[in-house]
Amino acid sequence: MSTELPETPKRAPSSQQGQSVAVAENPSAIGGTVSISIDGQALKVPLGTTILDAARRIGITIPTLCHHPDLCVAGVCRICSVEVEGQRTLQAACAYPVTSPIKVLTHTRKVRMARRHIVDLLLSDHYGHCYACGRNNNCELQALAKEYGVDFFRFGHPEKPMHEIDLSSYSVVRDNNKCVLCRRCVRTCIDVQDVGTIEVLGRGRTSHVATFLDKPLGSVVCINCGQCINRCPTGALRANDPTDEVWEAIHDPKKHVVIQTAPSPRAAIGECFGQPAGTALTFELNTALRMCGFDQVFDTNFSADLTIMEEGTELLLRLKKALADGEPAAFPQFTSCSPGWVKYLEHFYPEYIPNLSTAKSPQQMFGAVIKTYYAQKQGIDPRDIVTVALMPCSAKKFECNRPEMDDSGYKDVDYGLTTRELAKMISETGIDLPRLAKSDFDAPFGTATGSGVIFGATGGVMEAALRTVIELVVGVKVEDLFEHADIKPVRGFEGVKYAELPIPKVGPVPALLAPLFPSWDFLKGAILKVAVAHGTANAKAVMEDIKRGGPFSQCHFIEFMGCPGGCLGGGGQPIPTSPEIRKARAGAIYAEDSAYAVRKSHENPDVLKIYDEFLTEGPCGHRSHKLLHTHYTERGRYIE
Amino acid sequence: MSSLPTYTEQIPEAGLRAAMGMDRPGIISAIGASGLKGRGGAGFPTGVKWNFAAAAQADQKFVICNADEGEPGTFKDRVILQEHADLVFEGMTIAGKAIGAHEGILFLRGEYAYLRGHLEAALAGRRDRNLLGRGILGSNLDFDIRIFMGAGAYICGEETALIEALEGFRGEPRNRPPFPVNTGFMGRPSIVNNVETLAWAACILGNGPEWFRSHGTEKSTGRKIFSVSGDCARPGVYEFPMGLTVAELLREVGGEDAKAAQIGGAAGQCVPAKDFKRSIAFEDIPTGGSVIVLGPQRDMLDVLHNFLEFFVDESCGQCAPCRLGTTKLLEGLDMLRKGTCSMAYLKELCSLGETMQVASKCGLGQSSPNAFLSVVANFREELMGRIPTHA
Ligand SMILES: Cc1cc2nc3c(=O)[nH]c(=O)nc-3n(C[C@H](O)[C@H](O)[C@H](O)COP(=O)(O)O)c2cc1C
Ligand code: SF4
Ligand code: SF4
Ligand code: SF4
Ligand code: SF4
Ligand code: FES
Repeated sequence: MSTELPETPKRAPSSQQGQSVAVAENPSAIGGTVSISIDGQALKVPLGTTILDAARRIGITIPTLCHHPDLCVAGVCRICSVEVEGQRTLQAACAYPVTSPIKVLTHTRKVRMARRHIVDLLLSDHYGHCYACGRNNNCELQALAKEYGVDFFRFGHPEKPMHEIDLSSYSVVRDNNKCVLCRRCVRTCIDVQDVGTIEVLGRGRTSHVATFLDKPLGSVVCINCGQCINRCPTGALRANDPTDEVWEAIHDPKKHVVIQTAPSPRAAIGECFGQPAGTALTFELNTALRMCGFDQVFDTNFSADLTIMEEGTELLLRLKKALADGEPAAFPQFTSCSPGWVKYLEHFYPEYIPNLSTAKSPQQMFGAVIKTYYAQKQGIDPRDIVTVALMPCSAKKFECNRPEMDDSGYKDVDYGLTTRELAKMISETGIDLPRLAKSDFDAPFGTATGSGVIFGATGGVMEAALRTVIELVVGVKVEDLFEHADIKPVRGFEGVKYAELPIPKVGPVPALLAPLFPSWDFLKGAILKVAVAHGTANAKAVMEDIKRGGPFSQCHFIEFMGCPGGCLGGGGQPIPTSPEIRKARAGAIYAEDSAYAVRKSHENPDVLKIYDEFLTEGPCGHRSHKLLHTHYTERGRYIE
Repeated sequence: MSSLPTYTEQIPEAGLRAAMGMDRPGIISAIGASGLKGRGGAGFPTGVKWNFAAAAQADQKFVICNADEGEPGTFKDRVILQEHADLVFEGMTIAGKAIGAHEGILFLRGEYAYLRGHLEAALAGRRDRNLLGRGILGSNLDFDIRIFMGAGAYICGEETALIEALEGFRGEPRNRPPFPVNTGFMGRPSIVNNVETLAWAACILGNGPEWFRSHGTEKSTGRKIFSVSGDCARPGVYEFPMGLTVAELLREVGGEDAKAAQIGGAAGQCVPAKDFKRSIAFEDIPTGGSVIVLGPQRDMLDVLHNFLEFFVDESCGQCAPCRLGTTKLLEGLDMLRKGTCSMAYLKELCSLGETMQVASKCGLGQSSPNAFLSVVANFREELMGRIPTHA
């Protein structure tokens, strides 16, 4: 069976795609390379390479602003202008494919003047003060101003705001006063995410990045993924920041402030402290959080493992219904841990809500558990508990504010903090994170597991689920089937992955699941078909295939993550992002997985304990259903 | 109102019939030999353009007629479409044969919607006469033409923005390269030609390249249709040979006392009286055909204000030099008019104008400072009086 998906055409206006000439795939073929001279240095590059990439190969820096390694060419800021011999006008290095021998000069008088004018022009339209801006010291416009020696505002500088700040979304704040119209957000939202929340509206000086009819972001179709934030070069986009409230809670002696930390932030927060991407600071972070004043530091891996138990059981129940009882069941089952993906589905494929696992995301499960089980155990009034979640994600802020997320009787998770926001809190405390001593997570949710950690990377939820299903159903060690329990077919950054897992034999039903399943016989000889997609553009390709009745409609279980690369590429992660950076973060995550003693959700002792002490009916039991499962909203594409 | 006199001397469809008897390279070399250059403003050699598109390999190709005519002071395409629509369609059909296209699209300016019925009728008539459709005139040429309505943006006259609009996107210029002759409408090789260019192409096939070359100059062959407006006795549409001087043109239209002529529309240059002996030709003062006569009583800053406002409104807003640069020039002009623009800032603005000419993404931004720069260069006295003396 072929699981090749047809290439979905990019929806970004082709002017923004640069109508790029494809880079020659086989440079060694005749005519596959072309000679070029840049500032007098000669080199050969594959046909179709841009001047920008060619220059980078030989260490020549050409400034960019609208260019981004994740996005198609735009060629709109013109800061990368260079001189090409024989051409009257300057050419945008990022958008100019070399197809014939050319001579390029990157810093002539004309070029320097042009770049300076462009920076000056951008500043003349930019209302903002760097010292009062979240992107201070991490802003591409600010960096350009420095690089081009801007020491006064040649063409003026706005003295008052020109646009209202849009605070309507729980997740994303838009401040068009700081927007330089590079359109990176637009290309992200259309091409990477295939949502299309934002576009440029108006012409000339009135053109601005806008939502549908300029409505507030909170009331249009936006999945809160924050991918636009990660690619914005300036402070025009940021996440809705609750750090002040979190500080207030910490400083309130009556409050018991508990933080859970997701796997991805640990693999990335070092980037905010000058560390190279891929530096894991899991245990240093625990120390820092305690120094900041959090009362307890828990590992979201606990609830990730809990999710696997609940979601995995749900899958087995669906399989039983279909295979043993001959009743209809909604297949494929979709994962539900990514709130960006969940909202995407609610908007664009509401008819598939029955396919979404009813299991809450790890963040929300944890919140509900803390305000019930933990509160009882510790004898703390849940009213006094403040739950904070450190997440790589801006959509988690929306998720914790969903009205139905109060099954504990209180708001299950009070605040979602992004990696960037926590880095700011740590800096405020004067802590130099990378140099801290290591310390462990707190009990009773302190056992770090590999299965939980890999939730941070695309394919991780699937791998964790498969590790558990194989052992619980087939009754063999995962290691017997996959070396070192690494299920490689579902790993990696390919947009959509597909794998089949035959179940030639079945084992005995473990005690935990015995009330639900008399035996596994119905699975004997079955072939479990699974798929993984990350970034909603890829999710869309899979969903369209399912709608067509294509190969993906035959899957049993599909992991969908809203963000490219999975959570490690989330909208709350450190800026900048690029394929290399995400790869490095994934490296850190998989290294951590390998290093843990417990690497399977069903072996997490804290998870086993909660089923023993609190969720006594086992996975998908009555109490689980009340606290750990949820329901969804058919949103459609309508706008309030 | 003048018309295309050469057309009345033509036998209808003579060009098309001649083209039917020629092979594709033959048609292209006839156009090449005539020296015809684009009448839309940029003056790109039409034969070269057709040849590129003919050489490109693709499953589909397109002939696009640019009837977006949005340049201020230009209205000759409207008259051509009104009075000689068949000649334009004939030119498109010939181009279709030359490059190997089966589909032609006329991109009609939104404001010209009232011409649509007339044009559709002309197309229907051509289909009835087997001048369009399958097996044209008994040959194996299949070609048809449809009309696409523009929505009223000047920038959609720029060929790549036009193609974007045709594809249903915001009308915004694309990066080049690649060029439309390779990657045009729907990613297929496409030629975009001005209405007048296509009409001349039909005439050239009918009368031969030598006939065309017998007018005009060495580098700017043939005749050209002009839209003349402004402070003159006889505004209207004229046909002149290329290469005539500004003074000659002004004499014909009754604008001898002009202090300046804006040639090439808002994007063109402002030619002062002392330069009226210069000629209108691609090698000297290029034009898409717009001549706006500026009488002695005109305040050049008012004229400029008018043009710059136009660009501020019509810039697509895509690229920084144009979106923000046009605004800065307009603000600077307002400062000049109020007497608050210092000499130093004026110099800064001129330097900005030079940047816009080279760093803007498309022809709009590249030409929008032209008028500003030529007024500053040529009407210094008029400006100097308005610059604060202490500055
Ligand atoms: C801003 C802008 C507006 C333009 N508007 C027109 C137009 O209205 N009509 C036209 O024929 N060409 C227009 N052009 C020129 C076209 O881009 C293109 O060069 C022309 O259609 C090519 O045809 P030609 O070679 O037959 O002149 C415009 C160019 C620019 C930059
Ligand atoms: S967006 Fe950048 S340039 Fe603007 S205020 Fe913030 S840091 Fe400064
Ligand atoms: S948060 Fe995601 S969906 Fe919303 S505008 Fe940004 S990229 Fe688009
Ligand atoms: S909001 Fe940011 S990414 Fe979007 S156009 Fe403005 S500056 Fe660029
Ligand atoms: S030069 Fe002006 S019209 Fe052309 S692409 Fe840039 S902003 Fe748009
Ligand atoms: S970086 Fe090349 S045009 Fe913006």
